[in-house]
Amino acid sequence: MKQTIAFTLNGEAVSCDVDVRQSLIEVLRDEFEMTGVKEGCSVGECGACTVIIDGQTMESCLYMAVWANGKNITTIEGVAAEDGHLDNVQQAFVDAGAVQCGYCTPGMVLSSEQLLADNPNPTRDEIRRGLSGNMCRCTGYQKIVDAVELAAKNGGVKTDNRNKIPFHVAN
Amino acid sequence: MYDITGYHEAHSLADVFAVIRTDPHARIVAGGTDVLVKNRAEAATYAEVALIGIREIPELQGIRLEVDGTISIGALCSFDEIEHDPIIRQHMGLLAQAVSLVGGPQTRHMGTIGGNICNAGPGADSSPSLLAYNAVLEIQSPTGTRHLPIRDLFTGPSQTVLKPGDVVVRINVAQADYQGYVGYYTKFARRNALDIANQSCAALIKVNDQQEIQDLRIAFGASAPTPVRAPHAEAYAQGKTISADVLKAIGTACLKDTKTHSGRNSKAFRDHLVTVLPGRNIMTALKGDE
Repeated sequence: MKQTIAFTLNGEAVSCDVDVRQSLIEVLRDEFEMTGVKEGCSVGECGACTVIIDGQTMESCLYMAVWANGKNITTIEGVAAEDGHLDNVQQAFVDAGAVQCGYCTPGMVLSSEQLLADNPNPTRDEIRRGLSGNMCRCTGYQKIVDAVELAAKNGGVKTDNRNKIPFHVAN
Repeated sequence: MYDITGYHEAHSLADVFAVIRTDPHARIVAGGTDVLVKNRAEAATYAEVALIGIREIPELQGIRLEVDGTISIGALCSFDEIEHDPIIRQHMGLLAQAVSLVGGPQTRHMGTIGGNICNAGPGADSSPSLLAYNAVLEIQSPTGTRHLPIRDLFTGPSQTVLKPGDVVVRINVAQADYQGYVGYYTKFARRNALDIANQSCAALIKVNDQQEIQDLRIAFGASAPTPVRAPHAEAYAQGKTISADVLKAIGTACLKDTKTHSGRNSKAFRDHLVTVLPGRNIMTALKGDE
């Protein structure tokens, strides 16, 4: 039950053979070693496995790998600059103390990136709604909302220090 | 890995029907937010079956305002797409509000309105609003096209009249069923996001300048084995002038059409919500806060 899929991963054209039974998170972690994509609940309730697909956050645990064919996918590995410099949102998470155990952080950062791409100056309520699909088991939500506010204040999603990253503004 | 025996990507309805002809147990998957969850839970008829993907089929896409004023929503439209669509926001504010309360952003990007109603959860967020709008489903099957009012769809929890090979293609609402109405939806759940409604209520109302009720539609989620309308209360409300007593009587009459039982919440608590949510929704809708 193999099928070949081709898609854009963090700005790079890639292809691979997948088993049709595989979820996207399995392919991202096992075939492409994108281990920043975390599996939490496996049923779309926690947001740890969030990736950005064609400008929309989605849960890679509930996304069939075959659906990735032709798509443009961003994982946390595609956010920092190639030389390792953190992007604006990541830096704001560090500066605001928004990282505790870190398991939810990749998903939180990606939801924040897409939120700020769609809405560069969100209110705290809009930030809460934008991140409401991501759970933090350490319950560090205040600092996470602070971090997104800080990132917005510091210029939001900057594309200059990012390697061809496909953050789309959703239609 | 998902516990499936194969995957077929359908590019047309004919593709779907061809698969169903050879494998009647194959299950249609749209956004995956219900089917793949049930697959992971090894639910009967959701695991060890082949899946048919329908995401590429053109007839199921997009939202249109037809020349006769009918609003036609493609079954594959995501909750997010519906929430932000200008046609829906202008004419069907109740539905835009209801789908904005589904899950979290990721679920709203992935989940589809067609999947939400076909999954037939008693507390599905889109169902009460679609019942209130008298939505009519366009269903295609190997034998042709038929139109089914959504009130005739649900037969029990997760149960519908749909047969293998039936594909809900579009959800249509006639102009007379949205023009001049205002509405409001309350989702009663333990937390604001990432939750399924413990109970929900949609109210859609048309009043004249004297605040007389010209038409009222009330629908509940998770207050009976299926989403239900409240025809007794709706009939009572006809021609009444809105007052605290009338709203109270409307709420009480709703109990004739709901069928609650004690579970996570007691029957007394559930029935209390049945009696108070319609009045609150009506007042909020008329204040224009939707």
